[in-house]
Amino acid sequence: MVSAVAPADRRLRRRRRTARAKWLAGGVAMWTLALLFLAPFAWMLSSSLKPDMDVFAVPIQWLPADPRWSNYTRVWTGAHSMVHYFVNSGYVVVARVVGEVTLAALAGYAFGRLRFRGRNLLFLVFLATSIVPAQLLLVPRFMFFREIGLYDSLWALILPSLSSVFGTFLLRQHFASAPAELGEAARIDGANEFQIFLRIYLPMARPILAAYAILVFDASWNDYETPLVMLSSDEKYTVPLGLTRFISDDGTVSAALSMAGSVSSVVPILIFFLIFQRHFLKSMARAGLR
Amino acid sequence: MSVATKAGPEPSARPTAPAKKGLVNGMRWWVPWLFVAPSLLGLIVFLLVPLIGGLLISFTEWDVISGLDGINWVGLANFETLLGDEQFWAATWRTVIYAGASVPLTVLLGLGLAMALNRPLPGRAALRVIFFLPAVVNVIAIGSVWLLLLNPTSGLLNQGLRWFGWDSPPGWITSPDSALQALILMAVWGGSGYISVIYLAALQEMPQELYEAARLDGAGRIRQFVTITWPALLPMTTFLTITQIIGRSQTFGLIAFMTSGGPGDSTTVLSYYMYQNGFIYYRFGYAAAMGVMSLLAVLVLTLLLWRFQRGRTLYGEEDRDG
Repeated sequence: MVSAVAPADRRLRRRRRTARAKWLAGGVAMWTLALLFLAPFAWMLSSSLKPDMDVFAVPIQWLPADPRWSNYTRVWTGAHSMVHYFVNSGYVVVARVVGEVTLAALAGYAFGRLRFRGRNLLFLVFLATSIVPAQLLLVPRFMFFREIGLYDSLWALILPSLSSVFGTFLLRQHFASAPAELGEAARIDGANEFQIFLRIYLPMARPILAAYAILVFDASWNDYETPLVMLSSDEKYTVPLGLTRFISDDGTVSAALSMAGSVSSVVPILIFFLIFQRHFLKSMARAGLR
Repeated sequence: MSVATKAGPEPSARPTAPAKKGLVNGMRWWVPWLFVAPSLLGLIVFLLVPLIGGLLISFTEWDVISGLDGINWVGLANFETLLGDEQFWAATWRTVIYAGASVPLTVLLGLGLAMALNRPLPGRAALRVIFFLPAVVNVIAIGSVWLLLLNPTSGLLNQGLRWFGWDSPPGWITSPDSALQALILMAVWGGSGYISVIYLAALQEMPQELYEAARLDGAGRIRQFVTITWPALLPMTTFLTITQIIGRSQTFGLIAFMTSGGPGDSTTVLSYYMYQNGFIYYRFGYAAAMGVMSLLAVLVLTLLLWRFQRGRTLYGEEDRDG
């Protein structure tokens, strides 16, 4: 017995050592891959601080010797200033987040908590609409907004997305599993349905509302295809569309300026992402499972 | 998963609610409709109306600019042209290659990343953030930097490949032979982090007892993956693959920005071909007909998804009613 303890102990130590070695080897492999993933962003950042002619210099200068901050001043104050793209995007993001979360919460609550005739059928119709490809809607929506005179306005970006099937579904799932007793107690106390929703169930849904808001923020800040189709004048452009101006302006391509613009466009959502990182990843995981 | 709806407690039995006259379930019948109305209205105006509009437009020849008077009904002519349009079939084929290559690669890499990130690693939290990063960046910023990276002579990618000894690396988006491959590469780079987040969430919910039991039975790591992890993740994998294929085959923004379908028409996938016909050539009827075809394709894929999911779920009996 006594002699068996020593080899067992040694074996344990060896196993711990191999576990440590694996941990380290895995770390080296994953961080190498991570650097490959990061390389485009590093290149973006470093190019944004160079004069145009140095962007393609060989060997690559990852840290520009003489960082050219003026690229950023030009992007922010020059002919196509980022300022108004940011303002436009800001409007769209705020309107979409507030609108989509509100509408989805209301409808999700009705589908999850209230009973009414035709509820299940209506919910099914809601879900069924999610398979309609955006491609098919592109042309008629474009015509529709032309007809009602909202083409080339921010409304054309905001209105079509306000009713979200996914958001309604997400919140319906949440409200359906909320306890019924709370609402009943309030009903006996004389609260009406809207008060019950607003004062009891809505506050309880705060985490899921936040999760959904994060998804909408991400989608609306980064949307490029809708503005590409719906907007035509520079003063209405949102950030992603505005970024294309540094590329094709009077035929010359300014790599450095477009990188400075790109970095500027990434910073707000990056800050948001890093602050709400855990929620962000959780919302994304949930979105994937719809 | 999918359109599965977790059966919550039904708020039905309400013995305490006084049965007042004119009230259904303790409230006026129209009260729930007030809650649903805004969403319903939005859905009708911005989805159902355009949907019907799109179907109608597909039977017309219309450049939009000439207004409603310019509508010319042509019946099924658009669809006939479409079926005989070689460019359409070429674009379809390219879409199949683009989505068919990039999606499985993205899903597999995402699964690999998730499995790696599910084990102890130095700086795991940071790694998760890094791989996910491309998912929060807009396509123009991504497209702009990749335009530079993919530059055949002095871009980072080819500099790297030459350093590894490849003397004449591909021309990427400047060459018809490799442009689509470049887009596939970008798609994998940009999409796998997002997939890994979803897989990671699933892996962390896996019952650990299964693995312990397998280990006691002497199953190695590969064996555990084949017998436990893969079957458990299969429904999710099917779901992700199909939804990603649907999503991937509908985006045109990146292609419109980076290659405009070129060089030649080497990157003219279906979604871009449609965008081009509608918004560049003003052949809206023709574009709408393509939209209808894409609806049919999505329908088929969705039905396929349902078939796959039926009875396949291992840990999700609650997924049934829906």
